[in-house]
Amino acid sequence: MTTTSPAIEVSGLTRSYGDHTVLDGVDLTVPEGTVYALLGPNGAGKTTIVNILSTLLAPGDGEIRVAGFDVRREPAEVRAAIGVTGQFSAIDELLTGAENLRLMADLAHLDRARATAAVTLMLARFDLARAADRRAQTYSGGEKRRLDLAMTLIARPRLIFLDEPTAGLDPRSRRDLWAIVRELVSDGVTVLLTTQYLEEADQLADRVGVLDGGRLVAEGTAAQLKRRVPGGHVSVQFIDAAGLAATAAAHPEATVDAEALTLQVPSDGSIAGLRRVLDGLDDDGVAALTVSSADLDDVFLALTGRTAEAPAAEGIPA
Amino acid sequence: MSTAAYTVRDSATMLRRNLLHIRRYPSLSIMLVAQPILFLVLFVYVFGGTLGAGLPGLPGEAGGSDRGDYLVFLTPGILFMTVASVALGTAISTATDMTTGIIARFRTMDIARVSVLTGHVLGAVIRTGFAVTIVTGFAFLLGFRSDAGPLRWLGAIGLLVLIAFSLTWLTVGLGLAADSVETASNTPLFLVILPILSSGFVPTDAMPAGLRQFAQHQPVTPMIDSLRALVTGAPTGSDLWLAIGWCALIALLGYLWSRRLFLRVPAT
Ligand SMILES: Nc1ncnc2c1ncn2[C@@H]1O[C@H](COP(=O)(O)OP(=O)(O)OP(=O)(O)O)[C@@H](O)[C@H]1O
Ligand SMILES: [Mg+2]
Repeated sequence: MTTTSPAIEVSGLTRSYGDHTVLDGVDLTVPEGTVYALLGPNGAGKTTIVNILSTLLAPGDGEIRVAGFDVRREPAEVRAAIGVTGQFSAIDELLTGAENLRLMADLAHLDRARATAAVTLMLARFDLARAADRRAQTYSGGEKRRLDLAMTLIARPRLIFLDEPTAGLDPRSRRDLWAIVRELVSDGVTVLLTTQYLEEADQLADRVGVLDGGRLVAEGTAAQLKRRVPGGHVSVQFIDAAGLAATAAAHPEATVDAEALTLQVPSDGSIAGLRRVLDGLDDDGVAALTVSSADLDDVFLALTGRTAEAPAAEGIPA
Repeated sequence: MSTAAYTVRDSATMLRRNLLHIRRYPSLSIMLVAQPILFLVLFVYVFGGTLGAGLPGLPGEAGGSDRGDYLVFLTPGILFMTVASVALGTAISTATDMTTGIIARFRTMDIARVSVLTGHVLGAVIRTGFAVTIVTGFAFLLGFRSDAGPLRWLGAIGLLVLIAFSLTWLTVGLGLAADSVETASNTPLFLVILPILSSGFVPTDAMPAGLRQFAQHQPVTPMIDSLRALVTGAPTGSDLWLAIGWCALIALLGYLWSRRLFLRVPAT
């Protein structure tokens, strides 16, 4: 891989299952040492892209180069360059955490001393030292996810695919994982991750691609995407109906929820906009106030004109 | 290191993985050994008296046999069954393994891919070694005796390893081809039936014409006849070469088939 060629270069990628077209001409370029986030709802084709780029799935049409190699003609070279943590757990449940890591170290052909050192290091770094000698079967969801990631990273790949890496993680584990990704990037590693949360893409990615209907419907930095999305809002909860009514009168564009005594005022996230809302408020009359930025639903609504079917049950933690 | 050296190293790593699996899941091993032992006890004590009386004289005896002679006659067939039983277990463990996420991880790694299968096969051969030792010990407990020298026993062990190796490549293929673990536990059942339709339980001469034809020409018969000749000290004759030939053929076809099934990229 020369320093000038991008880590991932995809043009005109298609893929279908029978007559169901899943990818309909995707173009994607990820420069070395950067983080690219693929954002999309369930069934958008995120996993399909990751599987094709990691040689698990045969592509339809299109040019696909990963780490400078053609995925069709040089799959072994591609595999030697990448590390993959898929959407679904890829650990050996009958082995202990330490044995799983050792397995990966051996398959990466590390010598005995380096393998032992790498296993110890990974157990400590992923907070698995206490669970090291327990069968992975008994791990919690978060522990499994961390082990999965540790197994990917133990061989120190330069290009990493993470398919929904934080799905099912609690807010703290999610932040820990973000920190790990940032650390990798500061070491010059390239990361392609998929997520359903704009917030996550915002935190990590240099560039974000929004996948819908088998195409990238928008691409840019998280800030650029957010500017196209007027979906943020300030919501104010009042202590009584009178306060609610008074403020609602001043903001005709707001949504009123009389039962919850809550007013939702659309906001572009700017300080000026926020101040306009705050100026009209009386400190004694307000029970709670939250500022929310655009979420995936808003992005989808704005970019495609319809709502994404993002799972309501696992929204982003505020 | 060369590619060949990496292949050997990866296979050794995968073998270690499979041995850990076998250790962590002992109930399957116990079940696989219990089955041939059950057949041994059942045939020797329920049918052994009658079947033994019908046996033509064994070498060194002047006709007229009993339960003890039948035990000697039966043991090689039971040893084959033990190998077949473990091979059946390998179809199940291979199919189970394919449903786990770590296989997808292996496929994204730059490793000798076939080592995933070699690990299963070598693990199964070692498991067979333990199973055969236990079953042989059990046969001795029931009164099995052999005059064969160490060289012949070594030959018998060699042949058993070869049979285990070839049947396992076949059942790894069956495990990969199965669309579910359930299917994988059914398709290799013919391996348990074939020894019954061979020279394993009664001499083929005692069978009706059509069945006799089948029994005399199917691959299991020369394998069991060779084992019997080796452990009783009788001449092996051409059976041994026939048995080795069959094993080599089954192993080769099983290997090529399994490899093809495992290496294909899901393109549909
Ligand atoms: N083996 C298959 N056969 C038929 N259709 C498939 C197959 N695999 C995936 N699909 C379809 O392809 C589409 C994209 O699936 P994919 O798994 O890439 O989505 P995703 O963006 O990863 O979704 P999620 O967020 O739910 O993981 C879905 O409509 C899915 O039903
Ligand atoms: Mg997915």
